[in-house]
Amino acid sequence: MKEKFGIRQFTIYTIVILLTLSCLIPMLNVVSLSLSSSAAVAGNKVGLWPVDLTMAAYERIVNDTQFWRSFGISVFRVFASLILNLFMIVTLAYPLSKSKRFFHARGLFMSIILFAMLFNGGMIPTYLIIKNLGMINSIWSLILPGAVPIGSVILVMNFFRGVPKSLEESAWLDGANPWNILTKIYIPISLPSLATVSLFSIVGSWNDFMSGLIYMTKIENYPLMTYIQSLSVNIAETLQNSSGMSSEQLQSLLAVSDSNLNAAKIVVAIVPLLLIYPFLQKYFVHGIVVGAVKE
Amino acid sequence: MEQIKKTVKKSIFKKDQHFYLAMEQKKQTVKKSIFKKDQHFYLAMMLPGIAFLLIFAYGPMFGLFMAFQDFVPAKGVFGSDFVGLDNFKYLFNLPDIWRVAYNTIFIAVGKIVLNTIIPIIFAILLNEIRVKGMKKYMQTIVYLPHFLSWVILGSVVVNLFNLDGAVNQLFEVVGLDSINFLGSNKVFPHLLIWTDVWKGFGYNSIIFLAAITSIDPGTYEAATMDGASWWQKVRHVTLPGMMPFIILMTILALPGILSAGFDQVYNLYSPPVYASGDVLDTYIYRIGLIGRDYSLGTAVGLIRSIVGLVLIYVSNKIAEKSTNRVMF
Repeated sequence: MKEKFGIRQFTIYTIVILLTLSCLIPMLNVVSLSLSSSAAVAGNKVGLWPVDLTMAAYERIVNDTQFWRSFGISVFRVFASLILNLFMIVTLAYPLSKSKRFFHARGLFMSIILFAMLFNGGMIPTYLIIKNLGMINSIWSLILPGAVPIGSVILVMNFFRGVPKSLEESAWLDGANPWNILTKIYIPISLPSLATVSLFSIVGSWNDFMSGLIYMTKIENYPLMTYIQSLSVNIAETLQNSSGMSSEQLQSLLAVSDSNLNAAKIVVAIVPLLLIYPFLQKYFVHGIVVGAVKE
Repeated sequence: MEQIKKTVKKSIFKKDQHFYLAMEQKKQTVKKSIFKKDQHFYLAMMLPGIAFLLIFAYGPMFGLFMAFQDFVPAKGVFGSDFVGLDNFKYLFNLPDIWRVAYNTIFIAVGKIVLNTIIPIIFAILLNEIRVKGMKKYMQTIVYLPHFLSWVILGSVVVNLFNLDGAVNQLFEVVGLDSINFLGSNKVFPHLLIWTDVWKGFGYNSIIFLAAITSIDPGTYEAATMDGASWWQKVRHVTLPGMMPFIILMTILALPGILSAGFDQVYNLYSPPVYASGDVLDTYIYRIGLIGRDYSLGTAVGLIRSIVGLVLIYVSNKIAEKSTNRVMF
């Protein structure tokens, strides 16, 4: 049935378009800030379009060794975490997907895992464990504590459970051992859900700034997000420590030097996520629907 | 003759029975021994994961004893003095803690409520978009903020809501007084809630959009035949159809009441708005890690974890009662 385009439709379209623009415009603003001259940025002249188009900020980034160092730390961390996470997810999810008849100790291990998800020691005891293990300022402090993503283990476990038992039985009758069954049947069949948890892992470790903040004491060990975060903190601290000028004066003073540079850093930090964004959209939707609708 | 035939057949059957029984038993033992081998395989497989959990999840739980100690790093958990509930007594006498608890609950409840309502509205409206392709592009755009770190979005928000940011410039044009969004205790908690809604409304609408598409189109046709208006259809068909999802999502969000989002708050707050924006997680970070009062920080963390556990239990029970579905 064709409906005519009335006032109601017009209102609905307007609201939805405005909400969509609210997500787009701030991002466009950052991009145009990064492409504008510092003077234009300081004068608050930049809106959706760059003013005095210049690549100066990006040229400064190219020579910023700390930025690339942090970038490298983040990239390494993403890959190392991804490999470790996938290994842990599969090795935990596969035995747990068996019923109690086939894996006698399932109940015990399931409760160990669930309790670790529901209850945690909190920030301070975790910090002290990392410290006692000598991992402060080590890149492993960013990778090892999050090695077992429990939510993802449960998601993949549920997916494994949905694999038809007859497949496994026939493989078993042909003399396949559990390892063969896992690598030849379960893993190939579960690629969509493994893609989902991989993306959870990638986005999570790329975006995390808190572990860098807590476990790293030197700026040269910061992952990218912690490094970018520390830039804005420095501004806030300078603002606080200076008593002579009014905060507005100081704010605009600092804006001259750094706003377009920071915007450029943000843009570069978003790029890797934009590259995998098509996959993100596809598999995150898969993940959220599988996780909530099925059980 | 007949008699003999029968006995022979019987004895043959009997023999067969024995044979089959023996076969069956042999099969069982073979199967059992294979199962036994499988058990070891499964156990070996789980070993690394469980070991990591014991170190990085259960290790810190053991460290919670610090909450009852006067913890000194040099002495460790075993050597530090036991002080019973002193840390908690001290904590509850701090004027800060009640303010922080109030802030946390206010911000978290605001987020839970609006992070349900706004995505529902958005899903209903988005479902009305009929222009081909437009819906898809819009979804691509509105999901984006969900995937970005609060470090990034924090500076975007600061950019917009600064005293001389775009929003205040707009206010000036319209003739309104400028608002110090990031520095006023009256406005700041609301800024936290609404920017969180902004980050997540697109992504959170996915599940509700799935819920709407699962409603039988026949119901809408029937409603149209009965002369129902658009609003009546939303009110009496769409919303009831989504209700199980709405209830489930709300229940699932409940345990988050004590975590108002460290990442977001840390990237947006500053000393002038501690009074309204300081939440449990940032408080633990500041007194525990920056102030190095490990015992006190652990005590706050312990309360937070226990309340979280209780809330999960309660919401699981509610979910069981209302939707016949358990989470665990």
